Amino acid sequence: MGSIATESQFHVLAVDDSLIDRKLIERLLKTSSYQVTTVDSGSKALEFLGFHEDHQNNPNQLSVSPNNHQEMEVNLIITDYCMPGMTGYDLLKKIKESSSLRNIPVVIMSSENVPSRIRRCLEEGAEEFFLKPVQLSDVSRLRPHMMKAKYKDHQEPQKQQVEEKSEVEMIIQSQRQEEDESPQEQPRQEEDESPQEQPQQQQQAQGSNNNKRKALEEGLSPDRTRPRYSGLTVV
Amino acid sequence: GYLDDQFVQLEELQDHANPNFVEEVVALFYKDSSRLLLNIDQALEKKPLEFTKLDGYMHQFKGSSSSIGAKKVKAECTLFRDYCRAGNAEGCMRTFQQLKKEYATLRKKLEAYFQ
Repeated sequence: MGSIATESQFHVLAVDDSLIDRKLIERLLKTSSYQVTTVDSGSKALEFLGFHEDHQNNPNQLSVSPNNHQEMEVNLIITDYCMPGMTGYDLLKKIKESSSLRNIPVVIMSSENVPSRIRRCLEEGAEEFFLKPVQLSDVSRLRPHMMKAKYKDHQEPQKQQVEEKSEVEMIIQSQRQEEDESPQEQPRQEEDESPQEQPQQQQQAQGSNNNKRKALEEGLSPDRTRPRYSGLTVV
Repeated sequence: GYLDDQFVQLEELQDHANPNFVEEVVALFYKDSSRLLLNIDQALEKKPLEFTKLDGYMHQFKGSSSSIGAKKVKAECTLFRDYCRAGNAEGCMRTFQQLKKEYATLRKKLEAYFQ
Protein backbone atom coordinates (compact mmCIF):
# COMPACT_ATOMS: atom_id res chain seq x y z
CA MET A 1 0.00 0.00 0.00
CA GLY A 2 1.99 2.94 1.26
CA SER A 3 0.04 5.90 0.02
CA ILE A 4 2.50 8.36 -1.33
CA ALA A 5 2.00 11.04 1.28
CA THR A 6 4.02 13.58 -0.58
CA GLU A 7 1.85 13.40 -3.67
CA SER A 8 -0.02 16.47 -2.53
CA GLN A 9 3.18 18.24 -1.69
CA PHE A 10 4.68 18.77 -5.08
CA HIS A 11 6.03 22.25 -5.17
CA VAL A 12 5.68 24.32 -8.30
CA LEU A 13 7.50 27.54 -9.02
CA ALA A 14 5.45 29.79 -11.31
CA VAL A 15 7.12 32.65 -13.14
CA ASP A 16 5.11 35.41 -14.83
CA ASP A 17 5.44 39.16 -15.03
CA SER A 18 1.67 39.61 -15.18
CA LEU A 19 -0.04 40.00 -11.83
CA ILE A 20 -3.30 38.57 -13.11
CA ASP A 21 -1.64 35.58 -14.67
CA ARG A 22 0.28 34.88 -11.49
CA LYS A 23 -2.94 34.88 -9.56
CA LEU A 24 -4.57 32.65 -12.09
CA ILE A 25 -1.78 30.10 -12.29
CA GLU A 26 -1.52 30.05 -8.53
CA ARG A 27 -5.20 29.22 -8.19
CA LEU A 28 -5.01 26.59 -10.90
CA LEU A 29 -2.05 24.94 -9.23
CA LYS A 30 -3.47 25.09 -5.72
CA THR A 31 -6.74 23.66 -6.94
CA SER A 32 -4.66 20.77 -8.22
CA SER A 33 -3.17 20.35 -4.75
CA TYR A 34 0.28 21.69 -5.43
CA GLN A 35 2.23 24.02 -3.27
CA VAL A 36 2.99 27.15 -5.18
CA THR A 37 5.54 29.89 -5.16
CA THR A 38 5.10 32.70 -7.66
CA VAL A 39 7.75 35.15 -8.80
CA ASP A 40 7.57 37.93 -11.35
CA SER A 41 10.81 37.44 -13.23
CA GLY A 42 13.34 34.92 -14.44
CA SER A 43 16.06 36.37 -12.28
CA LYS A 44 13.92 36.09 -9.17
CA ALA A 45 13.17 32.52 -10.15
CA LEU A 46 16.85 31.71 -10.34
CA GLU A 47 17.41 33.44 -7.04
CA PHE A 48 14.69 31.33 -5.49
CA LEU A 49 16.24 28.19 -6.89
CA GLY A 50 19.40 29.06 -5.03
CA PHE A 51 21.21 29.95 -8.18
CA HIS A 52 24.01 32.40 -7.98
CA GLU A 53 27.10 33.22 -9.93
CA ASP A 54 30.21 31.88 -8.38
CA HIS A 55 32.41 34.84 -9.11
CA GLN A 56 35.32 33.73 -7.00
CA ASN A 57 36.23 30.46 -8.59
CA ASN A 58 34.55 30.31 -11.93
CA PRO A 59 33.21 33.60 -13.17
CA ASN A 60 31.30 31.94 -15.91
CA GLN A 61 29.98 29.07 -13.92
CA LEU A 62 26.68 29.21 -12.16
CA SER A 63 26.40 27.20 -9.01
CA VAL A 64 23.67 26.35 -6.61
CA SER A 65 23.96 27.10 -2.95
CA PRO A 66 23.46 23.68 -1.38
CA ASN A 67 21.47 24.92 1.60
CA ASN A 68 18.95 26.78 -0.51
CA HIS A 69 18.55 23.88 -2.84
CA GLN A 70 17.68 21.44 -0.10
CA GLU A 71 15.26 23.69 1.73
CA MET A 72 13.35 24.86 -1.27
CA GLU A 73 12.91 21.83 -3.40
CA VAL A 74 11.04 22.65 -6.55
CA ASN A 75 9.41 19.86 -8.50
CA LEU A 76 8.43 21.84 -11.56
CA ILE A 77 8.89 25.28 -13.01
CA ILE A 78 6.17 26.83 -15.10
CA THR A 79 7.10 30.06 -16.79
CA ASP A 80 5.67 32.65 -19.13
CA TYR A 81 7.57 33.05 -22.36
CA CYS A 82 7.31 36.82 -22.89
CA MET A 83 8.86 38.61 -19.98
CA PRO A 84 10.97 41.74 -19.89
CA GLY A 85 14.66 41.10 -19.27
CA MET A 86 15.01 37.36 -19.08
CA THR A 87 12.46 35.57 -21.23
CA GLY A 88 11.02 32.19 -20.32
CA TYR A 89 13.24 30.71 -22.97
CA ASP A 90 16.34 32.29 -21.41
CA LEU A 91 15.29 30.93 -18.05
CA LEU A 92 14.76 27.48 -19.54
CA LYS A 93 18.23 27.53 -21.03
CA LYS A 94 19.87 28.56 -17.79
CA ILE A 95 18.10 25.80 -15.93
CA LYS A 96 19.05 23.14 -18.44
CA GLU A 97 22.64 24.33 -18.39
CA SER A 98 22.84 23.93 -14.63
CA SER A 99 23.98 20.53 -13.46
CA SER A 100 21.94 20.81 -10.30
CA LEU A 101 18.76 22.25 -11.77
CA ARG A 102 18.50 20.55 -15.14
CA ASN A 103 16.43 17.69 -13.80
CA ILE A 104 13.61 19.97 -12.79
CA PRO A 105 10.90 19.77 -15.45
CA VAL A 106 10.10 23.10 -17.09
CA VAL A 107 6.86 24.12 -18.78
CA ILE A 108 6.46 27.23 -20.90
CA MET A 109 3.28 29.32 -21.24
CA SER A 110 2.59 31.82 -23.95
CA SER A 111 -0.31 33.88 -25.19
CA GLU A 112 1.01 33.59 -28.72
CA ASN A 113 0.81 30.51 -30.85
CA VAL A 114 4.08 30.66 -32.72
CA PRO A 115 5.12 27.20 -33.97
CA SER A 116 8.81 28.05 -34.26
CA ARG A 117 8.77 29.34 -30.71
CA ILE A 118 7.07 26.22 -29.44
CA ARG A 119 9.54 24.04 -31.30
CA ARG A 120 12.51 25.94 -29.93
CA CYS A 121 11.30 25.57 -26.38
CA LEU A 122 10.61 21.88 -26.68
CA GLU A 123 13.99 21.35 -28.29
CA GLU A 124 15.65 23.18 -25.46
CA GLY A 125 14.09 20.74 -23.03
CA ALA A 126 10.70 22.13 -22.04
CA GLU A 127 8.29 19.35 -21.21
CA GLU A 128 5.17 21.15 -22.36
CA PHE A 129 4.09 24.36 -23.97
CA PHE A 130 0.77 25.77 -22.83
CA LEU A 131 -1.18 28.43 -24.65
CA LYS A 132 -2.68 31.08 -22.44
CA PRO A 133 -5.05 31.38 -20.81
CA VAL A 134 -3.97 28.21 -19.08
CA GLN A 135 -6.75 25.80 -18.17
CA LEU A 136 -7.18 23.20 -15.46
CA SER A 137 -6.87 20.55 -18.14
CA ASP A 138 -3.39 21.87 -18.94
CA VAL A 139 -2.39 21.77 -15.30
CA SER A 140 -3.51 18.16 -15.05
CA ARG A 141 -0.72 17.31 -17.48
CA LEU A 142 1.94 18.39 -15.04
CA ARG A 143 1.83 15.56 -12.55
CA PRO A 144 3.46 12.85 -14.71
CA HIS A 145 6.45 15.09 -15.31
CA MET A 146 6.89 15.68 -11.62
CA MET A 147 6.44 12.03 -10.75
CA LYS A 148 8.97 11.02 -13.34
CA ALA A 149 11.54 13.49 -12.11
CA LYS A 150 10.95 12.51 -8.51
CA TYR A 151 11.43 8.81 -9.03
CA LYS A 152 14.32 9.36 -11.35
CA ASP A 153 15.85 11.38 -8.59
CA HIS A 154 15.65 8.48 -6.15
CA GLN A 155 16.66 5.68 -8.40
CA GLU A 156 19.19 7.47 -10.48
CA PRO A 157 20.78 9.99 -8.21
CA GLN A 158 22.23 13.12 -9.71
CA LYS A 159 25.28 12.63 -11.86
CA GLN A 160 27.76 13.60 -9.19
CA GLN A 161 26.41 11.10 -6.73
CA VAL A 162 26.33 8.39 -9.32
CA GLU A 163 29.98 8.92 -9.98
CA GLU A 164 30.81 8.81 -6.32
CA LYS A 165 28.81 5.66 -5.80
CA SER A 166 30.39 3.74 -8.65
CA GLU A 167 33.83 4.89 -7.66
CA VAL A 168 33.23 3.74 -4.13
CA GLU A 169 32.02 0.39 -5.34
CA MET A 170 35.06 -0.04 -7.50
CA ILE A 171 37.34 0.80 -4.63
CA ILE A 172 35.57 -1.59 -2.29
CA GLN A 173 35.69 -4.35 -4.87
CA SER A 174 39.32 -3.86 -5.60
CA GLN A 175 40.17 -3.75 -1.94
CA ARG A 176 38.41 -7.00 -1.38
CA GLN A 177 39.97 -8.68 -4.35
CA GLU A 178 43.49 -7.62 -4.15
CA GLU A 179 44.21 -5.79 -0.97
CA ASP A 180 46.76 -4.08 -3.03
CA GLU A 181 46.74 -0.95 -4.98
CA SER A 182 43.29 0.04 -6.04
CA PRO A 183 43.26 0.25 -9.81
CA GLN A 184 40.87 3.12 -9.66
CA GLU A 185 41.45 6.15 -7.56
CA GLN A 186 38.83 8.80 -7.08
CA PRO A 187 39.86 11.37 -9.63
CA ARG A 188 38.77 14.20 -7.43
CA GLN A 189 41.28 13.45 -4.72
CA GLU A 190 44.47 15.24 -5.33
CA GLU A 191 46.82 13.64 -2.86
CA ASP A 192 48.14 10.16 -3.32
CA GLU A 193 46.28 7.77 -1.15
CA SER A 194 47.33 4.39 -0.05
CA PRO A 195 44.42 2.02 -0.51
CA GLN A 196 44.76 0.63 2.96
CA GLU A 197 43.79 3.94 4.49
CA GLN A 198 40.17 4.81 4.38
CA PRO A 199 40.10 8.20 2.70
CA GLN A 200 37.64 10.52 4.33
CA GLN A 201 35.82 11.20 1.11
CA GLN A 202 35.23 7.55 0.61
CA GLN A 203 33.69 7.20 4.02
CA GLN A 204 31.48 10.17 3.45
CA ALA A 205 30.43 8.87 0.08
CA GLN A 206 29.63 5.55 1.62
CA GLY A 207 27.71 7.24 4.39
CA SER A 208 25.59 9.25 2.05
CA ASN A 209 25.16 6.20 -0.08
CA ASN A 210 23.77 4.30 2.86
CA ASN A 211 21.42 7.10 3.70
CA LYS A 212 20.21 7.14 0.17
CA ARG A 213 19.48 3.44 0.25
CA LYS A 214 17.69 3.87 3.51
CA ALA A 215 15.52 6.58 2.04
CA LEU A 216 14.71 4.30 -0.86
CA GLU A 217 13.74 1.48 1.47
CA GLU A 218 11.54 3.62 3.62
CA GLY A 219 9.89 4.97 0.55
CA LEU A 220 9.58 8.70 0.70
CA SER A 221 10.94 9.33 4.12
CA PRO A 222 8.46 11.09 6.37
CA ASP A 223 11.37 12.43 8.37
CA ARG A 224 12.40 14.67 5.59
CA THR A 225 10.99 17.96 6.60
CA ARG A 226 9.53 19.84 3.77
CA PRO A 227 8.68 23.37 4.61
CA ARG A 228 5.21 24.29 3.50
CA TYR A 229 4.97 27.16 1.09
CA SER A 230 1.26 27.59 0.67
CA GLY A 231 0.50 31.16 -0.06
CA LEU A 232 4.07 32.33 -0.23
CA THR A 233 4.45 34.81 -2.98
CA VAL A 234 7.76 36.26 -3.88
CA VAL A 235 7.16 39.35 -5.89
CA GLY B 1 -21.31 38.54 -25.27
CA TYR B 2 -18.59 40.33 -23.61
CA LEU B 3 -17.15 37.50 -21.64
CA ASP B 4 -16.14 34.13 -23.00
CA ASP B 5 -15.42 30.67 -21.59
CA GLN B 6 -12.44 31.91 -19.71
CA PHE B 7 -14.70 33.82 -17.36
CA VAL B 8 -16.60 30.62 -16.71
CA GLN B 9 -13.29 28.96 -15.87
CA LEU B 10 -12.66 31.65 -13.30
CA GLU B 11 -16.04 31.01 -11.75
CA GLU B 12 -15.24 27.33 -11.59
CA LEU B 13 -12.03 28.05 -9.74
CA GLN B 14 -13.95 29.84 -7.04
CA ASP B 15 -15.00 27.72 -4.09
CA HIS B 16 -15.62 27.81 -0.34
CA ALA B 17 -11.96 28.23 0.38
CA ASN B 18 -11.65 31.01 -2.19
CA PRO B 19 -15.03 32.68 -2.29
CA ASN B 20 -13.78 35.96 -3.72
CA PHE B 21 -11.53 34.65 -6.40
CA VAL B 22 -13.38 36.12 -9.38
CA GLU B 23 -13.74 39.46 -7.68
CA GLU B 24 -10.04 39.50 -6.85
CA VAL B 25 -9.03 38.68 -10.39
CA VAL B 26 -11.33 41.36 -11.77
CA ALA B 27 -9.89 43.87 -9.31
CA LEU B 28 -6.42 43.04 -10.57
CA PHE B 29 -7.67 43.41 -14.11
CA TYR B 30 -8.98 46.91 -13.38
CA LYS B 31 -5.71 47.88 -11.79
CA ASP B 32 -3.67 46.50 -14.66
CA SER B 33 -5.90 47.97 -17.36
CA SER B 34 -6.02 51.43 -15.81
CA ARG B 35 -2.27 51.54 -15.78
CA LEU B 36 -1.93 50.29 -19.35
CA LEU B 37 -4.66 52.51 -20.75
CA LEU B 38 -2.95 55.52 -19.22
CA ASN B 39 0.39 54.49 -20.68
CA ILE B 40 -1.12 53.97 -24.08
CA ASP B 41 -2.99 57.28 -23.96
CA GLN B 42 0.22 59.08 -23.15
CA ALA B 43 2.20 57.21 -25.77
CA LEU B 44 -0.39 58.07 -28.42
CA GLU B 45 0.25 61.73 -27.78
CA LYS B 46 3.90 61.50 -28.71
CA LYS B 47 4.39 61.99 -32.41
CA PRO B 48 5.67 60.17 -34.29
CA LEU B 49 4.17 57.13 -32.64
CA GLU B 50 6.48 54.61 -31.04
CA PHE B 51 4.84 51.51 -32.47
CA THR B 52 7.05 49.01 -30.71
CA LYS B 53 6.31 50.53 -27.35
CA LEU B 54 2.60 50.66 -28.09
CA ASP B 55 2.65 47.08 -29.26
CA GLY B 56 4.32 46.11 -26.00
CA TYR B 57 1.64 47.77 -23.89
CA MET B 58 -1.09 46.25 -25.98
CA HIS B 59 0.47 42.81 -25.68
CA GLN B 60 0.14 43.11 -21.91
CA PHE B 61 -3.37 44.46 -22.14
CA LYS B 62 -4.40 41.70 -24.47
CA GLY B 63 -2.96 39.19 -22.05
CA SER B 64 -4.96 40.45 -19.10
CA SER B 65 -8.13 40.72 -21.14
CA SER B 66 -7.65 37.20 -22.33
CA SER B 67 -7.09 35.93 -18.80
CA ILE B 68 -10.45 37.18 -17.60
CA GLY B 69 -12.30 36.25 -20.77
CA ALA B 70 -12.95 39.77 -22.04
CA LYS B 71 -13.61 38.72 -25.61
CA LYS B 72 -14.45 42.02 -27.26
CA VAL B 73 -11.72 43.98 -25.57
CA LYS B 74 -9.25 41.30 -26.59
CA ALA B 75 -10.39 41.57 -30.21
CA GLU B 76 -9.74 45.31 -30.19
CA CYS B 77 -6.28 44.67 -28.77
CA THR B 78 -5.49 42.31 -31.62
CA LEU B 79 -6.65 44.87 -34.15
CA PHE B 80 -4.61 47.58 -32.51
CA ARG B 81 -1.50 45.42 -32.64
CA ASP B 82 -2.07 44.70 -36.33
CA TYR B 83 -2.14 48.45 -36.96
CA CYS B 84 1.01 48.90 -34.89
CA ARG B 85 2.85 46.35 -36.93
CA ALA B 86 1.64 47.98 -40.11
CA GLY B 87 2.77 51.35 -38.77
CA ASN B 88 -0.71 52.72 -39.25
CA ALA B 89 -1.08 55.59 -36.80
CA GLU B 90 -4.63 56.46 -37.73
CA GLY B 91 -5.72 52.87 -37.44
CA CYS B 92 -4.17 52.72 -33.97
CA MET B 93 -5.90 55.85 -32.77
CA ARG B 94 -9.27 54.79 -34.13
CA THR B 95 -9.00 51.33 -32.67
CA PHE B 96 -7.96 52.66 -29.33
CA GLN B 97 -11.09 54.80 -29.11
CA GLN B 98 -13.16 51.75 -29.89
CA LEU B 99 -11.23 49.73 -27.33
CA LYS B 100 -11.92 52.27 -24.61
CA LYS B 101 -15.62 52.09 -25.38
CA GLU B 102 -15.61 48.32 -25.14
CA TYR B 103 -13.67 48.48 -21.93
CA ALA B 104 -16.15 50.92 -20.40
CA THR B 105 -19.03 48.64 -21.35
CA LEU B 106 -17.21 45.67 -19.89
CA ARG B 107 -16.72 47.42 -16.58
CA LYS B 108 -20.41 48.20 -16.39
CA LYS B 109 -21.26 44.58 -17.03
CA LEU B 110 -18.82 43.38 -14.41
CA GLU B 111 -20.13 45.82 -11.85
CA ALA B 112 -23.64 44.53 -12.49
CA TYR B 113 -22.40 40.96 -12.12
CA PHE B 114 -21.01 41.64 -8.67
CA GLN B 115 -24.12 43.26 -7.33
